[in-house]
Amino acid sequence: MTSLVFAYGSQLWEGTVATVQLALLSLGLSFVIGLAGAAAKLSANRWYSMPATVYTTLIRGVPDLVLMLLLFYSFQDLLNRITDAFKQSQIEIDPFLAGVCVLGLIYGAYFTETFRGAFLAVPRGQLEAAAAFGMTQGQTFRRILFPQMMRFALPGISNNWQVILKATALVSIIGLRDVVRVAQDAITGTVSKGAYYAFLFLLTAALIYLLLAIVSDWFFHILMKRYSVGFR
Amino acid sequence: MGDYKLIVENVFKRFGAIEVLRGVSLRAKHGDVICIIGSSGSGKSTFLRCINLLERPNQARIVLDGTEIVLKPDRSGELNVAKPRQLREMRSKLAMVFQHFNLWLHLTAIENVIEAPMHVLGLSKRDAIKRGRENLAKVGLAQQLEGRYPAQLSGGQQQRVAIARALTMEPEIMLFDEPTSALDPELVGEVLKVMHQLASEGRTMIIVTHEMNFARNVANHLIFIDKGLIEEEGPPQELLANPNTKRMRQFLAASR
Repeated sequence: MTSLVFAYGSQLWEGTVATVQLALLSLGLSFVIGLAGAAAKLSANRWYSMPATVYTTLIRGVPDLVLMLLLFYSFQDLLNRITDAFKQSQIEIDPFLAGVCVLGLIYGAYFTETFRGAFLAVPRGQLEAAAAFGMTQGQTFRRILFPQMMRFALPGISNNWQVILKATALVSIIGLRDVVRVAQDAITGTVSKGAYYAFLFLLTAALIYLLLAIVSDWFFHILMKRYSVGFR
Repeated sequence: MGDYKLIVENVFKRFGAIEVLRGVSLRAKHGDVICIIGSSGSGKSTFLRCINLLERPNQARIVLDGTEIVLKPDRSGELNVAKPRQLREMRSKLAMVFQHFNLWLHLTAIENVIEAPMHVLGLSKRDAIKRGRENLAKVGLAQQLEGRYPAQLSGGQQQRVAIARALTMEPEIMLFDEPTSALDPELVGEVLKVMHQLASEGRTMIIVTHEMNFARNVANHLIFIDKGLIEEEGPPQELLANPNTKRMRQFLAASR
């Protein structure tokens, strides 16, 4: 019976790779959105802070699954109308790309809050000293604010990452062959052999997520050490 | 006019409805040591912070080294620089020492000292370290401490590193914002000693302080600010011995 898991082994591996790629790219996108969102939300200019507040409130208030389906199908529908209008053949949205965009957009809202808190936790005097010594805003961000902010942001980033990693499973619904999708297909393929196999494949999928989580925990531990230098 | 390094004229500053500064001026020649005293809330720190525009005045004229800083009011009525580059250039010539040191916490002592010289003045790392080490030695920080983070140094050591950080910019003028007010009494002396030494080297310094003895012995000009106005100014020894105004007499009696 374990031989069956091995029979699906290469597919499970590919699924794992897809999951990790999706999660990493989504993390990258949400990280950037989060930094920009936090800066906008903390801006004294209401033309920046208002839209950012609307964004975080809206995104965080609606279930991920609903947002995923809503964005994916409405965007596909919009695309179809456009191609139809120009009498072109329909373009199908790539589920991987769609997954990255939707997850990035959703978790960008959580990162906005993570970074906002972290920005505020850096003592004002640190930035004032940078200004007083003639640093540009970009230099102040790169050399003073970001390295100090990360110490406060990392627990939140680590948390968001674990959630993103698991939320990638949602993208299997719109057709990405990730770990969950492969496991589901394996269950369908072995349905005649009984419920035992369903359990086996799901457990394998669970184990893969757990392993990824453990590895990332270790990685965040190293990062935390790095950004805590000079503090206790 | 030409021999003034810094001219600051008619600084007005409001925080909401509260007028903190109501027309304060100051002129500094090369080698001047100007001490600014006054009770808390008198506006003395705000005035110092208006000089390098950490605080944005509602009205002011600032001339550094013969060049006027171009200021224009924004919508809220506060003055802002017209050219950000001129602001950065000005600030790199006016190094500041803060009450709470404000050393960058994620950088070691030597890294703190070389940060702005490298990234603002464009010094190479080697030159910056050379200059930085000279200044750390000047403020009396043992070389084996240069790799320590601010959290691993005493308050007095931190403030001396902060002074070395300012010195390494080779500024035209040094601004000190109550540099000893956050220190334990027994650590005040080591910082004042370094400042005294800098003054005797002929550096131009503007110092907001509560240290009357330092002001008397080191400054060549004393300014007493009260309620946002200069109440009295002049040579410190005369002024401290014979204050003209009742307000300054009260202040001196209370701070004895």
